[in-house]
Amino acid sequence: MAGQGTTTVPNGAGQTAAAKPRRAARRGIGPGLRTFLIFAVLVGLGALIFPSSYFYRVGTLVWINTLAVTGIVVLLGYVGLVSLGHAGFFAIGAYATAILPNYGIPSPLAMLAGVALAGGLALVVGRPILKLSGYYLAIATLGLGMLIWMVLSKEAWLTGGPDGMVVSGMNARNLFKLVGLKLKSAEAWYWVAGFAAAIGAAIAVNLAGSPTGRALRAIHDSDVAARSLGIDVARAKSLAFVISALYAAVAGALLALANGYITPETGGFMHSVEMVTMAVLGGASSVFGALVGALILTALPQLLTVFADYEHMVLGGIMVLTMTLMRRGLVPFIADLWTRRKS
Amino acid sequence: MTRQAVAAGVSALALLAGTPALAEIRIGASLAITGPAAFLGDPEAKTLEMLAEELNANGGINGEEVELIVYDDGADPNKARTFATRLIEEDEVVAVIGGSSTGATMAMAPLFADYEIPFISLAGAVVIIDPVQEFVFKTPHTDRMACEKIFADITSRGMSKVGLISGTGGFGASMREQCLDVAEASGVEIVADESYGGSDSDMTPQLTNIASTEGIEAIVNPGFGQGPAVVTRNYAQLGIELPFYQSHGVASDEFIKLAGDAANGLRLPATPLLIPDQLAEDDPQRQPVQDYIAAYEEAYGEKPSTFGGYAYDAFHLLVDAIERAGSTDPVEIRDALEATEGLAGVTGVYSFSPEDHMGLDLSAFRILEIEDGGWKPVEE
Repeated sequence: MAGQGTTTVPNGAGQTAAAKPRRAARRGIGPGLRTFLIFAVLVGLGALIFPSSYFYRVGTLVWINTLAVTGIVVLLGYVGLVSLGHAGFFAIGAYATAILPNYGIPSPLAMLAGVALAGGLALVVGRPILKLSGYYLAIATLGLGMLIWMVLSKEAWLTGGPDGMVVSGMNARNLFKLVGLKLKSAEAWYWVAGFAAAIGAAIAVNLAGSPTGRALRAIHDSDVAARSLGIDVARAKSLAFVISALYAAVAGALLALANGYITPETGGFMHSVEMVTMAVLGGASSVFGALVGALILTALPQLLTVFADYEHMVLGGIMVLTMTLMRRGLVPFIADLWTRRKS
Repeated sequence: MTRQAVAAGVSALALLAGTPALAEIRIGASLAITGPAAFLGDPEAKTLEMLAEELNANGGINGEEVELIVYDDGADPNKARTFATRLIEEDEVVAVIGGSSTGATMAMAPLFADYEIPFISLAGAVVIIDPVQEFVFKTPHTDRMACEKIFADITSRGMSKVGLISGTGGFGASMREQCLDVAEASGVEIVADESYGGSDSDMTPQLTNIASTEGIEAIVNPGFGQGPAVVTRNYAQLGIELPFYQSHGVASDEFIKLAGDAANGLRLPATPLLIPDQLAEDDPQRQPVQDYIAAYEEAYGEKPSTFGGYAYDAFHLLVDAIERAGSTDPVEIRDALEATEGLAGVTGVYSFSPEDHMGLDLSAFRILEIEDGGWKPVEE
């Protein structure tokens, strides 16, 4: 996947984000702020049309997944590195948020600690394994994810083992109570998750346009060329790896709090694959790809319960079709069609 | 970016869901029908569907038809919680059965307190009912009870020094812990404690270690899947003469097939589902066990499993509670459920109370011995 990614996928993030700052600057707002506003409108639109907590619940999951997949977009879409272990970082964020409050640390601090731990681990582990590329990197990250998963399922005294553990502490509802708003907890988590996803997307878009982002995208096209331009390739890759781990950990912490219960499967291999699949399906080069991928793979199974027997066939079929007909993912494909129609 | 945003919006609008139609009494279920725990969820779902059909054919509950709504959560706690929300809010069910796995159950549990809907779990762990949650019940017995039952049988044979060889998977690890925990109170001393990985193909070193422990009198193997079958074969190969106990985790005909002749003579705690024809005429469970087996074999052409039995009991407990409540108000159903007294199911005889939401005692387990490739109840 990575090999293909680096050679055949034209750098969508490069084209769009590079063209964007100039155009956006003319209009007076930066690309990051614009992304934030677009996400904010989508979050609000959702809240307008959702009839019940169930929709808010699915919406919350969509935003949390979007946030996690935005991290994958940075790593896979910008730099062209495949990680099959990001569920591990996701789980570190989730488990820190679950475990630390049992030792008297308040939830917000526990969240921060989890995110910092995931970032730290990514920094330490990133350097050696990012020397690998393509399939070798995928396997190394796969191993990392599995190690984390094993620790979570074996250290029962700390994590509750394979049966998982209760996450006590913060409810987003109380946040809104502070400002005098009474919301159901499903609605409160929806707003929190949506806000987090919007911030995350804005940061990712700003990153793409920054000098660091340009360096990352240069590496996407060619390690050697980037190095000859004076880019510290090892450092830049490590940075992207850490950033994407931070995204996953924040998403994990949010999920743990919103669900109130976590199991080691949050850090399992299938979850890692799911995250990469969402990114590739929606279009790994853009944060909107992250959103669409997360939306389809989170909401579609809910629609397909009506024909439960065919659910996997339909999902599989959609993925095969997308990948054969729209190799860069849904969002870039539709965006291209749009441009062609206009011109 | 506008192009991409529009693309995102178009995809979003394409995904808005519809609401299902209304019926009389709606009962929900979220089970692991596919995925790694499908061996639990599949027979459970089949059992529920069979029972709902049967019930409606016989006129429903208090004259009202029952609609069963089943979702497949694949044992994913995340999905389970989403489906539980959906069952409560969209499908407006009066009660929910499910959670094939402990993780899925625990992720759903807080919702039922919030919405005041009764919930009967089909998962094993003690945490589900201890501490007791007002709206959460469960039908399977716990691994703690399995340990107690095994130890009771061991002490009744005049032995007390026990060696454990446990699988490291969720089931084996949890049961090992419970066995260590109840050993002292049961009058048993654990003198050896070995373990093996889920896919190990040879356990002779561990067994040799245990068998050569001084004073050892019996060996217990908490485990699940193929591991216990391997242990059983190694046991016979090593010619160990000590009494040997397996757990309720392998109480199925498949286990005898896997372990072959080596299984002869070993004992395990199991539900009466394995010995339908050997139950005494006056055994309260004789009727439900035989009914269930006959109905399941007719509907699906295969033998029901212990796990399907948990769903059978959950459904009957619920129907009984709704009948007694004479109402479809979830809170009244819950109250009636908690007042259940002496309802004979296939797993055991249930009597709930405000302090006990599992409602089974040790008599729910029968100690069976494998004899000539078949099950034989051990007289108590």
